[in-house]
Amino acid sequence: MDNHLSLEESRQKLTQIENDLIRPLKSHNGFEMWVLFLLLLLILGFYAYYLQLRDGLGVTALRDYVQWGMYISNFVFFVATSLIGMLITSVLGLLRIPWITPLTRIAETIALAFAMFAGIVIIIDMGRPDRFPYLFLHGRLQSPILWDVTVVTTYVIISMLLLLIPMIPDAAILRRRMTDAPKWQQAIYKFLSANWIAVPEQYALIKKSIRVLAILIIPTALAIHTVTSWLFASTLRVGWDSTIFGPYFVSGAFVSGVAVVIIAMYFFRNNYKLHNYITDAHFNRMGQLLVLMCFIYLYFNLNEYFVPAYKMRKAEGHHLEALFTGNWAGIFWATQLGGLLIPMLLLIFKPFRKPLPAFIISVFVLVGAWFKRLLIVVPTQQHPYLPIQNVPENFITYKPTGVEIMLTILPMVGVLIVITIIAKLFPIVPIWETAHEQGVDESVIK
Amino acid sequence: MEENNPIIESGDEGRRNFLKKLGIFAGVGVAAAAGAVYVASDYEEKKNPEGKKVRVLTADGQLVEVPESELQKIEQEELDIEDELQRRGREGIAGKSWVMVIDLAKCRNARMCIAACQAAHQLRPEQYHINTLVMKDSEHSAPYYMPKPCYHCDNPPCVKVCPVNATFKRQDGIVLIDNLRCIGCRFCVAACPYSARIFNWFEPRDSEKYKDQPYDVELNVPQKKGTISKCLFSADRLRKGELPYCVSSCPNGVYWFGDMNEDVVVNGTTKEAARFSQLIKDNGGYTYLEELGTKPRVYYLPPKNRIFPAPGEEQVSSHS
Ligand code: SF4
Ligand code: SF4
Repeated sequence: MDNHLSLEESRQKLTQIENDLIRPLKSHNGFEMWVLFLLLLLILGFYAYYLQLRDGLGVTALRDYVQWGMYISNFVFFVATSLIGMLITSVLGLLRIPWITPLTRIAETIALAFAMFAGIVIIIDMGRPDRFPYLFLHGRLQSPILWDVTVVTTYVIISMLLLLIPMIPDAAILRRRMTDAPKWQQAIYKFLSANWIAVPEQYALIKKSIRVLAILIIPTALAIHTVTSWLFASTLRVGWDSTIFGPYFVSGAFVSGVAVVIIAMYFFRNNYKLHNYITDAHFNRMGQLLVLMCFIYLYFNLNEYFVPAYKMRKAEGHHLEALFTGNWAGIFWATQLGGLLIPMLLLIFKPFRKPLPAFIISVFVLVGAWFKRLLIVVPTQQHPYLPIQNVPENFITYKPTGVEIMLTILPMVGVLIVITIIAKLFPIVPIWETAHEQGVDESVIK
Repeated sequence: MEENNPIIESGDEGRRNFLKKLGIFAGVGVAAAAGAVYVASDYEEKKNPEGKKVRVLTADGQLVEVPESELQKIEQEELDIEDELQRRGREGIAGKSWVMVIDLAKCRNARMCIAACQAAHQLRPEQYHINTLVMKDSEHSAPYYMPKPCYHCDNPPCVKVCPVNATFKRQDGIVLIDNLRCIGCRFCVAACPYSARIFNWFEPRDSEKYKDQPYDVELNVPQKKGTISKCLFSADRLRKGELPYCVSSCPNGVYWFGDMNEDVVVNGTTKEAARFSQLIKDNGGYTYLEELGTKPRVYYLPPKNRIFPAPGEEQVSSHS
């Protein structure tokens, strides 16, 4: 590196970076309130789940026609959002895009948290969660559910490694710095630092491992969301029976993933006072990335809705009418315009890629992305080939119940808890990579 | 033609033949049963007039007589019986290829089939294994009633997607559900294009009452909370050589049921027999939405020359 510093300068620089990035781990400003809030939601969620276990899935608004609802939409949303790890760390990382360094750990943390809880969401949706082991005892390979279980598990493992391996040098630093931390916390640092002494062999090994994992995670990430889309595309249902569901879902995944990362960046930058590390330039770049992703997703939306709408085949016509002008029109247009088209257009202009506007726009995109999943999952089931007759009114309409909403929020709370824990134990911006980038001599980073 | 014409096969003989064969196969099925003393005494018990001796089938298929006083139910674990019901239920009845023909010209929405089915399968009133729908194919076509069971597809999308082999296809063509295996993922419901599947969202009707009854996969009772149910072609009745619940309870002669291998179907109301192929050929029989490639086993005869008035326009609710 041309801005290579001398050993002494290196030490000073590193200490400064360490101070900046480790400080948030020690200050507890508002932390207790936040944890209390999460715990409260957690307890409410568990109570809701108790009710569902006791009385059956009938405590939700799901019935024989709309029989996949918010839970499954949530599952798709979780899997989608978790794909961001692959985009940032792998695709951009392998392309050696320099500005992603401070964002990789945020992206990997989000990826891991969402992927882990995607599995929990599925268990919440199961009529017989006690029989979950049957998936392994009696699993049949021709079912896309088995494929999904396999790839999501693989993805969780690779994401975890992609979070932990780059953590090794940082853990060594933390071990040195966090001497006043509780015993268990120091034990974690000791374990994760894996005898790091910052010799070139170790650097070579760590970089190589990251590279291999970064390559491995690309097909895995594509697989998890493609297979998730096949849960729908492999049926004969109008609205799901589509050949472009794989890329359609994957492109949509990047939209919500980039939005989540921007939201997290904004949060960490302000609460952790990381303005020097997560800069306006990062928001600018991520804003541009979001424009690109929205554009690709818009393209797939056009294919998915416009082409069938041009033909208006009988069954498809009912489905599309419900979306365009019927009972789903409000949500449909709100997500398409407010959650996709308008954010994309705004973000084209530089002032909107400043931190605050980018953050607000990302919130819209993210909420839109969640509702978009609902639009993919639910309306199709209200338009089966055969008419819905002789059943109570609530078999046709779908109005989610309180328990159902709580149980949709529960895994989100879980995600927040995991992110909170990781961000409390480890610097959310990698120290060693940042130091390295600023020209700090490798041998001092330990 | 006045109505859809059944072709009666050489008088009464065809019918007797068919029923006899049904009986033989039911016997074979039971004979194969391990632990059959219990099963047989439970299902096929035949007391002699004096009430002193009973005939039972042994595990190796022998028909023997035992004094009733010496007969005692083997206190086996309920699970053993379930295992046996499970084994024969999953296997199906060899040599059979069940088929149903529904004559739409005769249906007047009496809904007796639905009542009989719901009673047999311990269903709540809003849970249908078979549901009679008011159909209207296009704006100017006439409405008609269409009973819709599970079509027991030969290329069943529901079976393909099940992750744990809880729904499966048997050698006799029937698609069944094993609610001891089902994990309640409801992928099969999503996959069935005919909305044939239902789910136990709550504790099933009378679940308390039947909780000690061994689970019979051919009847799918006792129903279980958090699992799937659907039409089973009354596999339990077929095993006993009887017609399905819906078929035998229809007052209007709508249903024909039989064996495609023998090419014979019997009308549930009149009990007359007909050649399946001839019935379909003469009346333009078809399967519903066959372009989906599901290969249904339930055939419809078109609603022409209806013998009852068409459903009133105001009752018609099309897709929406
Ligand atoms: S009608 Fe539906 S449930 Fe029945 S076999 Fe066909 S796909 Fe499966
Ligand atoms: S709900 Fe049950 S029968 Fe249906 S696919 Fe899932 S496990 Fe199989």
